[in-house]
Amino acid sequence: MSELSLNDVGYDAEEPPLLQVSRLCKRFGPQIVCADVSFALWPGEVLGVVGESGSGKTTLLNCVSTRLEPDSGRIEFRLRDGRIAQLSEMSEPARRMLMRTDWGFVHQNPRDGLRLGLSAGANIGERLMEVGSRHYGEIRGAAADWLAKVEIEIDRIDDPPRVFSGGMQQRLQIARNLVSRPRIVLMDEPTGGLDVSVQARLLDLLRGLCTELGLAALVVTHDLGVARLLAHRLMVMQGGAIVEAGLTDQVLDDPQHPYTQLLVASMLQ
Amino acid sequence: MSEQLRAIGLVKTFTLHNQGGLRLPVLAGIDLAVAAGECVALHGPSGVGKSTLLRALYGNYLVTRGHILVRHDDQVIDVSTAPPHLVLEVRQRTMGFVSQFLRVIPRIATLDLVAEPLRRLGVDAAAARERAGRLLDRLAIPRRLWELPPANFSGGEQQRVNIARGLVAEYPILLLDEPTAALDSANRDAVAELIDAARRSGAAIIGIFHDRAVREAVGTRIVEIPSAGVVA
Repeated sequence: MSELSLNDVGYDAEEPPLLQVSRLCKRFGPQIVCADVSFALWPGEVLGVVGESGSGKTTLLNCVSTRLEPDSGRIEFRLRDGRIAQLSEMSEPARRMLMRTDWGFVHQNPRDGLRLGLSAGANIGERLMEVGSRHYGEIRGAAADWLAKVEIEIDRIDDPPRVFSGGMQQRLQIARNLVSRPRIVLMDEPTGGLDVSVQARLLDLLRGLCTELGLAALVVTHDLGVARLLAHRLMVMQGGAIVEAGLTDQVLDDPQHPYTQLLVASMLQ
Repeated sequence: MSEQLRAIGLVKTFTLHNQGGLRLPVLAGIDLAVAAGECVALHGPSGVGKSTLLRALYGNYLVTRGHILVRHDDQVIDVSTAPPHLVLEVRQRTMGFVSQFLRVIPRIATLDLVAEPLRRLGVDAAAARERAGRLLDRLAIPRRLWELPPANFSGGEQQRVNIARGLVAEYPILLLDEPTAALDSANRDAVAELIDAARRSGAAIIGIFHDRAVREAVGTRIVEIPSAGVVA
């Protein structure tokens, strides 16, 4: 068995995906914003969604997170006990509980994902209380741990995020989302609107956290540099449809679809 | 010695949609087999497709036709058809790639950048940094630079950091694209020595070495890459 032969090619069966989206469609009036979108996401995998403004990226994210109702299609999620739940068939309370325990959502604008009037510590603690934590000392301890993880000075724990910089607010939003140990995080342009040095810090942090926590993440971005650093796999959207998907470096270095070739050629080096 | 990688009938044609669908045939049916303990030097004029072949073997370029068989643990994987997560796993444990240029990751210290492939294999941080440091020492990267990101390093320093990152995990298969292009002779010799040591300890290596001295020092076999013909 020293020579390699095509006859010996074979691999172990793949583990089932965490999230399976099948034939998702969404229209706004006559406008088709998601056209028959299908994809799967595995545990520990960061999947990037790229495409220009208006290509349907954010609508897709909002449908997947059930904040928008798709016109048709299935969204299936593998629960902790291995059962597969179809999100549209779950009762509203069950779905809300699942979103609180297993899902995180990082908004492009941190003000949409934070409570600006509450303290930084309370923003993190609130999420823990939602999933049942009641012990004040433990909650405050977890909040302090997470502030350190996202590189916010511990003496800012009682300050409201209103007085934080944009980069700090975004890091706080990430801490608030991850403290309850979700299994999947959806992110909409997580580095959008931040200046470049702050972006680099945030990307570095996200990369580390995804690896460390084995998180699955769906990340929408229009920045191909962000996609290259963060995502294992990429999907390229144009006019609501996925026109190309594959390993991130393969899609960016050897794009196949005309639109992807245009996108990559337009990138600043 | 056992075969680690075999390419069968590899064809790669680029289609440039934004230039009127121009088709560029680069590889026209490459067959290549490499065993453990061998270092194959790819040869042929500039532009013939040597780098394209390496990138195709790594799964960085999609092949138009053909197969890339790789021995991965006790399995045989076809990189040209394997699902993405499996290709990533092959890259993590089995097949390393050293490109000509280092892709700097913002804010990551040189030592951590080099240690990263080991960390992904589950080696603990201290041991990974120690092994990374040993390689950086051998490649004469001054210790005062280790805690800095390599963004501002010289071309030669970046290239050596890149080589350290590619060799640190001791992959069974190594793909090397001009690993010594930007190096002076002392550093070039140090790199050649490391490559040869990797081969002697059982790695299957495929490389592009323009420098004749390096090619002769590390290569055990030369494979000519034929031209795919003129642009259609």
